[in-house]
Amino acid sequence: MANAEYIGVKDIIGPFVLVENVSGVGYGELVDIRDNKGRIRHGQVKSLSEKATLVQVFTGTGDLIPNTTKLRFLGKPLEIRLSKNMLGRTFNGLGEPRDGCGETYGGKRVNINGLPLNPMARQYPKDFINTGISAIDTLTTLIRGQKLPIFSGNGLPHNQLAVQIATQAKIMGSDDFAVVFAGIGIKHDDAAYFTQELSNRGHSNNIVTFLNLADDPVIERIATPRMALSTAEYLAYELGLHVLVIITDMTSYCEALREIGVAAGEVPSRKGYPAYLYSDLASLYERAGVVRGVSGSVTQIPILTMPNDDITHPIPDLTGFITEGQIVLSRDLDSRNIYPPIDILTSLSRLMKDGIGKGYTREDHPSVSSQLFASYSRVQEVRSLAGVVGEDELSKNDRMLLEFGKLFEEKFLKQGKEEEREIGYSLDMAWEILSNLPRSELTRVSLTDIHEHIRKYTD
Amino acid sequence: MEAKTNIAPNNKEGTVTFVNGPVIKASNMRNFAMREVVKVGPKKLMGEIISMDGDNATIQVYEDTDGLSIYETVTGSGESLSIEVGPGLIGSFFDGIGRPLNALLESEGMYISPGTSVNMLNHDKVWDVTPVAKPGDLITGGMVIATVQETPLLIHKIMAPPDTEGELTWVISKGQHKGGEMVAKVKDAFGREVSIPMIQRWPVRTPRLYRERLLPNEPFVTGQRVIDGLFPIAKGGTACIPGGFGTGKTVTQHQLAKWGDAQVVIYIGCGERGNEMTDVLEQFPVLEDPRSGRPLMERTILIANTSNMPVAAREASIYTGITIAEYFRDMGYDVAIMADSTSRWAEALRELSGRLEEIPAEEGFPAYLPSRLAEFYERAGRVVTFGGENGSITVIGAVSPPGGDFTEPVTRHTKRFIRCFWGLDKNLANARHYPAISWIDSYSEYAEEVNGWFCSNIDPRWGEVRDEVRQILAEDNKVQQVIKLVGEDVLPDDQRLVAFTAFLIKNGYLQQNSFGSDSYSPPSKGFEILEVIMEFYKKALGLVRKGIPISLIKEDESVDSITHLRELSPDDKDGFALARKRINVHLDRVAAERTRKLGGE
Repeated sequence: MANAEYIGVKDIIGPFVLVENVSGVGYGELVDIRDNKGRIRHGQVKSLSEKATLVQVFTGTGDLIPNTTKLRFLGKPLEIRLSKNMLGRTFNGLGEPRDGCGETYGGKRVNINGLPLNPMARQYPKDFINTGISAIDTLTTLIRGQKLPIFSGNGLPHNQLAVQIATQAKIMGSDDFAVVFAGIGIKHDDAAYFTQELSNRGHSNNIVTFLNLADDPVIERIATPRMALSTAEYLAYELGLHVLVIITDMTSYCEALREIGVAAGEVPSRKGYPAYLYSDLASLYERAGVVRGVSGSVTQIPILTMPNDDITHPIPDLTGFITEGQIVLSRDLDSRNIYPPIDILTSLSRLMKDGIGKGYTREDHPSVSSQLFASYSRVQEVRSLAGVVGEDELSKNDRMLLEFGKLFEEKFLKQGKEEEREIGYSLDMAWEILSNLPRSELTRVSLTDIHEHIRKYTD
Repeated sequence: MEAKTNIAPNNKEGTVTFVNGPVIKASNMRNFAMREVVKVGPKKLMGEIISMDGDNATIQVYEDTDGLSIYETVTGSGESLSIEVGPGLIGSFFDGIGRPLNALLESEGMYISPGTSVNMLNHDKVWDVTPVAKPGDLITGGMVIATVQETPLLIHKIMAPPDTEGELTWVISKGQHKGGEMVAKVKDAFGREVSIPMIQRWPVRTPRLYRERLLPNEPFVTGQRVIDGLFPIAKGGTACIPGGFGTGKTVTQHQLAKWGDAQVVIYIGCGERGNEMTDVLEQFPVLEDPRSGRPLMERTILIANTSNMPVAAREASIYTGITIAEYFRDMGYDVAIMADSTSRWAEALRELSGRLEEIPAEEGFPAYLPSRLAEFYERAGRVVTFGGENGSITVIGAVSPPGGDFTEPVTRHTKRFIRCFWGLDKNLANARHYPAISWIDSYSEYAEEVNGWFCSNIDPRWGEVRDEVRQILAEDNKVQQVIKLVGEDVLPDDQRLVAFTAFLIKNGYLQQNSFGSDSYSPPSKGFEILEVIMEFYKKALGLVRKGIPISLIKEDESVDSITHLRELSPDDKDGFALARKRINVHLDRVAAERTRKLGGE
């Protein structure tokens, strides 16, 4: 009965069609919709009642004629076919090949929604990833199995940074790595930049790409990240690969969710986004991690552009509450030509505390990073004071802080787009810069640290 | 239709008529009870009836409803949402509706699939039981019938359920018994014999009763200097920790769960990250309780409904946690409960309310949000139990205000029902000053009530020093406004001294690492540090008043070292004495040089 074909729909509302007198259909079930020319598009059951069944149509409802539209309920949820052959391939937002190389065969089909991981099955991520970028390695350390988004704005170099992380991250050093790239509502040029840069640097056979471009149907955007994450989980937990998932742009995803929610007549919450935005985002971001007894891992770097650079906007705000930190890009640093323009004070890596220090990176790492944060935050205070009273009126202490701030930005933060720095090098540079500060400012490092690391520059 | 009322409860059957995510509707439901737990569809998904309208009921389903069809059946369970309480709770890890996650891991593998049903407690596990009551005793609700040494730290008391009254006719023998066994039989006034099981059930939305409510008088010592020293919480108190993302709510909650002075700690991860629970699971078995020296896991119970688990079960997790807390309180224990985060719970209410198409109040939250919050926080308190002992529940709820804005509904309403407010400050967190508890926004209504305890147990001058410190911080707040405008150099030296002393308090006292030896700082250590700082301040003030420039006073290694006092071990009396001596020597020297110069002129 589940596969019977229904002819004619009652209503067409935005991306939805309403069908009457349907029975035996399950919530969330996949639907094939055939228009009068015989072309098939996919849809999904969005709500069920005795009177009518609401079906959300991927690829949109354009050209559908109520009387002749045919629906076939497939009795299964939205699935993706997973196999090793996916590596090196490009798919569209619904998991269909986009590169003209035909279907992938073999493997298994899974529900793209996945299932929540039992927290007891997880292993707490502790393995440091050396990205070769000083600001990230020292101050917002990336850990294998972490979800660490980049909060950016339009026009900032988030794509370059993501490519640099993906190519330099040491998880890409051996054979057991893969990158899953999901482009959601992105510009054609951005998509081309990613695929080109990654394959130029010799990783084209380890990448699976899912693309939903800006002019592709909005409704497919809901499925795109889930396709990518299902693939990542398969590569990590079944093939044992260390997978880095780059999802861009999460803002397009949330906009799509809002658009569909409004069309379905749901009660909106903050700024018109649906009340379940938090739960929905969590169902994506939580699909990162390390599982006990499994050799692979899923590390997520979602990229989102903050509307008007506003970090309190619901999208970055809810993301920050779910992810394990964030890397925030600053327009101010970017305009001063500092790459990567990472605003370290608002950036954070929550998993850092357990992945650095003795036995992980270097014993002095926790205290030196804490001191950099404390001192750079003092620099901001002094700068705003200098803006009022002028630099000449500052105390000696404050002038030393300004000098430190300049060195920090020009030497430590700034680096080349293909420059790789070892963590030891970054830490030594941090100490050297800190040695320019008066001793009374060094409250976060222990007396032993000062003795070991600072004295050699000051004495 | 009359005949229908005679249908036995377990024969009743409803039909699904509507599905929209976690909210479904069913018809033919007139014989079900409001709030009854039901099983839905062929997978037997667990749900709860949340409204009744004629023949129809609205049900919130605790599991993913994907694949559910209309016309599928709904069956009843005859009880409202309940959990099992008994030996085996300690050290366990449950989901929001009380399913043991380790048992699920064994039976289901790494993912949690819908429709799985497992007993909350292991009924076959054998415990060493010692009877306390004997046949012929008159038993009333809350009396202890037998005890089980559940962990080396905790004696689990098997109590008579609250409505029990009668004569004990049989009691379990001393020795090894399974959790599923009965512990006693009681004959009530009507001659009916009632069996009392070792593992009992309790409906989570119903608070457990007690004999009398007491006022809080003893601090819940947390080992966090900013809390114990400035904004203490009492045993049986309520507190909230609001803060935007990245301000350290979870780290603070973990710190409290690790070092808080309670016999049982319940940690609820409500709509938060899976890895955070894993962190607790990996750390607590190896970390030691500073008071008993035993692994922390031996006093901890974890409840997790992570953000990607079904939203209705998130709503239930808070009640599951507080019910377990009440159960241990009734044994006469001090229980602490950390809920991280209550905002996610409120959002679950909002999400379900939206699906029910209820009329929203503020920012989409249902109008009953404040009353639900009040019901939860009022289940805290210090009480005399029916067993005649004193027990307490301390509730600490994290709040995650959107955009870090404390005027949003959840923070605002929570503030009405708590007495201790630890506001997290974004700027402090950005400078990695942890715990980022703002000394300006935070308050504690318990400070007076617990002062007596600190004075008699730590130092008689406790309250006095606390007032002095708060005075300095308040003055500093004003001074800082001026500094922001004109810079520090133009200020008079006594104000610069206030700013400098506040700097020492902030960096030497309030700031505390969550890892390493400073992670737990007993109140005595914090007091030592404060005394050194305040002694320095008073002496330096004398010198400033004599016209000695502040630069001479503060520029010395002995003064720099004040911010490193927290690196000392709490028992290092000599270390503190030495630091004090060096500061005094320095200040005396500065004073002497000044006198000499003046004499020379």
